Amino acid sequence: MKLSDIVKILDGEMLCHDVDEDPEISSACGSDLMSDVMAFVKNGSMLLTGLVNPQVIRTAEMMDIRLIVFVRGKKPDSSVLDMAIQKSVTVVCTKHSMFVACGLLYKNGLTEGGNHT
Amino acid sequence: MNKGVIQLHYEISADDFQAAGEASSNVKKKLKQLGVSVDAVKRVSIAMYEAEMNVVIHGNGGSMDVEIDKEKIKLVFQDQGPGIPDVELAMQEGYSTAPDRIRELGFGAGMGLPNIKRNSDRFEIETKVGEGTKLTIEVNM
Repeated sequence: MKLSDIVKILDGEMLCHDVDEDPEISSACGSDLMSDVMAFVKNGSMLLTGLVNPQVIRTAEMMDIRLIVFVRGKKPDSSVLDMAIQKSVTVVCTKHSMFVACGLLYKNGLTEGGNHT
Repeated sequence: MNKGVIQLHYEISADDFQAAGEASSNVKKKLKQLGVSVDAVKRVSIAMYEAEMNVVIHGNGGSMDVEIDKEKIKLVFQDQGPGIPDVELAMQEGYSTAPDRIRELGFGAGMGLPNIKRNSDRFEIETKVGEGTKLTIEVNM
């Protein structure tokens, strides 16, 4: 699924992204626990989260996650967005709750990002 | 410095959550520049970032020393924290002593040490209560 489709499905607002890119996202992970994200996320995954601190961007960087969606209309402060730009991580905000946002993406064909070993 | 061995040293500040992860970010960049395999970079990144966060959260700050040679990446974390009274308990998934303010950052779920071990080929903890903890990790190329 393309980033542009995800933004449309979630009625999202793009807070920062590389305008020349519309990356393909193959799976998704919804979590507020960064250690769980590091334990279970697959390659090519996006992250949906309600946390808006710098560690979310750091975790994305470590896991090569290129898209973060902040749920429940949460917006990070400018220092967090600056970090996202610097690390080439696209940031989208949606008014939907975590449950609804994940449900909408799943219904539209995006499956889980977990690697349950 | 030995021929063919790259050594890096980072100081890690206690409770600085803006800078937390910066050392790991730098090492990851370096590994990519050196052409280390995607799988090894990922394993090192997870282990290193979790360990760096442990030094920030639990260790009252400390340091990370990195040694990269042809066969492996070795990371040594040394902190000045309270030490770990029961290492076996600390290794259990879900066990955490992190306070609520750390949990609010998305850490302290008791997955850190198990995550580090899972992604390491060598994992060694030396700890003394009241003195600090030294964690040595190796990831093979």
